Amino acid sequence: MDIDNHLELTQVGMKFPTPKGDFVALTDVNLRIKKGEFISLIGHSGCGKSTVLNVVAGLYKATDGGVILDNTEVNEPGPERAVVFQNHSLLPWLSVYKNVELAVKQTRQGRNKAEMRAWVEHNLELVHMTHAKDKLPSEISGGMKQRVGIARALAMEPKVLLMDEPFGALDALTRAHLQDSLMEIHAELGNTVIMITHDVDEAVLLSDRIVMMTNGPSATIGEILDVDLPRPRNRITLADDPAYNHCRHEVLSFLYEKQRKVENVADHQKKRESATEEKAKDASSAA
Amino acid sequence: MIDSTNTSNVSSIFSNVKSKFSGEKMNKLAMSFILPALGLAFFVLLWSLVAKNIDTSLGQFPGPSQVASQASALWQEHKAESEKAEAFYKRQEDRNAKRLAQDPSYEPKVRVYTGAPTFFAQIWTSLYTVSVGFVLASIIAVPLGIACGLSKSVYAALNPIIQIFKPVSPLAWLPLVTMVVSAVYVSDDPLFSKSFVTSAFTVALCCLWPTLINTAVGVSSIDKDLINVSKVLRLKPLAHVITIVLPSSIPMIFTGLRLSLGIGWMVLIAAEMLAQNPGLGKFVWDEFQNGSSNSLARIMVAVITIGIIGFLLDRLMLLLQQKVSWDKSVELR
Ligand SMILES: Nc1ncnc2c1ncn2[C@@H]1O[C@H](COP(=O)(O)OP(=O)(O)OP(=O)(O)O)[C@@H](O)[C@H]1O
Ligand SMILES: [Mg+2]
Repeated sequence: MDIDNHLELTQVGMKFPTPKGDFVALTDVNLRIKKGEFISLIGHSGCGKSTVLNVVAGLYKATDGGVILDNTEVNEPGPERAVVFQNHSLLPWLSVYKNVELAVKQTRQGRNKAEMRAWVEHNLELVHMTHAKDKLPSEISGGMKQRVGIARALAMEPKVLLMDEPFGALDALTRAHLQDSLMEIHAELGNTVIMITHDVDEAVLLSDRIVMMTNGPSATIGEILDVDLPRPRNRITLADDPAYNHCRHEVLSFLYEKQRKVENVADHQKKRESATEEKAKDASSAA
Repeated sequence: MIDSTNTSNVSSIFSNVKSKFSGEKMNKLAMSFILPALGLAFFVLLWSLVAKNIDTSLGQFPGPSQVASQASALWQEHKAESEKAEAFYKRQEDRNAKRLAQDPSYEPKVRVYTGAPTFFAQIWTSLYTVSVGFVLASIIAVPLGIACGLSKSVYAALNPIIQIFKPVSPLAWLPLVTMVVSAVYVSDDPLFSKSFVTSAFTVALCCLWPTLINTAVGVSSIDKDLINVSKVLRLKPLAHVITIVLPSSIPMIFTGLRLSLGIGWMVLIAAEMLAQNPGLGKFVWDEFQNGSSNSLARIMVAVITIGIIGFLLDRLMLLLQQKVSWDKSVELR
């Protein structure tokens, strides 16, 4: 297996049929991802980031081109490409433990009962959620739910971890916490990760490469930025690091100079407002 | 000086809190007990006033007191009848024992007591019939509804049938069901009587639709993210239904079941009246044909009983929903 050709997107295009004819969301998306790489997808709202992620997940079938993971074509969803959804998507009728257990059972790989139990608990420990394992999702905060969502995805032992704005609905403090956790987990497990984000700092702090997408329709990859910062990274010491600030500047200038977009600001505002509910809950649980 | 104003402030706040607290309690009491009782009392008063002014060919329309006395009369009749039945069985047993003592090779004959069914026996028959019809319908409707909700093709195929048969009155079905049952259900020693099978089938035919439709709607409106979770986990179809589909559509399924049971109960009474099948409907019809001076009051007892039973059946479904549902916090109405 060629380590450089772990995950390959070749000429990926996506057309959505609409009443007014086909809507071309993506064209010619080409990307090669190495094993263990952490990739961020960044771009303005509606440009097609989620579409790319869903194509890799197998939830959408690309209308052009295709995705190859370890020399096999992706054509349906599966646990080797685990998804962390933006709004956690835990099953509300199952406890935290049971939610993770469901994923473990589906991908048991010859584990017996005791081993499965240990594996569920290990993954809850990774995201520091062991203390709430018997609670229902409705009884924990938004940040905790997102942690459990990550634990569920990790428990599948995926080759690729796909995350669609995993921390988008969280307040800054909780978000920083989870970013640190994610960096630790990535350092420990070495999964390949593709993460969508709107947050420039988050992208630079976490990623090996930042993939910047042009505005839709017919969105594609505009630029790819290598983030050559040594790991482990620390958000406080990086704040004054010239290399870090250079990266930030590159991304910001791509987003706000080269791909300026005005009309979506209002849209975005709405999205953030709907997230404030979660924030309030988080803030109270942090106290 | 400052001190005294402070204390008075504090005490006034305290008394405010207290009055607010007891006010809330009062409110709750009023809502759950006083107001309903007041409503009922007003209704009974209105009823007795109106009843006095209605004269029918069977005498005056019964007021609350006549109805109450007929209710107790029906209870007495039931007691007398069950005593008679008991006596009958005792006599039969004694006779058989005696014959057996005289002649050990004698095979004892056991006959069933055949008195006229009392009001309470009719209640029991109706309850039994509606339960069987309802359960039968639910066993068909819930899986079919899930299939409709999961697959657009199944839905497209079934939709015309649902739309056409849903608005059909049970009374239109009744003659057909009666004829089919008497043609198809022939056996020398039937487990159930034909009239029972006819009533239960008619109930089932009308109970199908609300459950079917609500289940289909509930299943088709499951959160898309949860479906994606199931896809990523590659859940098998059965596991998908059990872990994702059923829990998320439980509220809608129960809405359908409650509607169905309500309709089934109404349909049953009408069917019993029309087809002269045993049950509360037959009781009402017999009393009407009987035309004695007590008939109207006795029918009124049946009407109230039918209402109370319908209400209790609905409560029973609610309790069941509370038991089955994972979300205990939702307020159930
Ligand atoms: N199922 C669909 N049918 C039709 N059009 C779609 C569909 N899904 C996405 N689109 C369109 O494709 C474009 C890209 O959508 P996508 O959800 O990938 O954007 P995004 O970059 O994830 O945006 P955001 O940052 O707001 O999440 C949008 O213009 C959207 O309207
Ligand atoms: Mg998106």
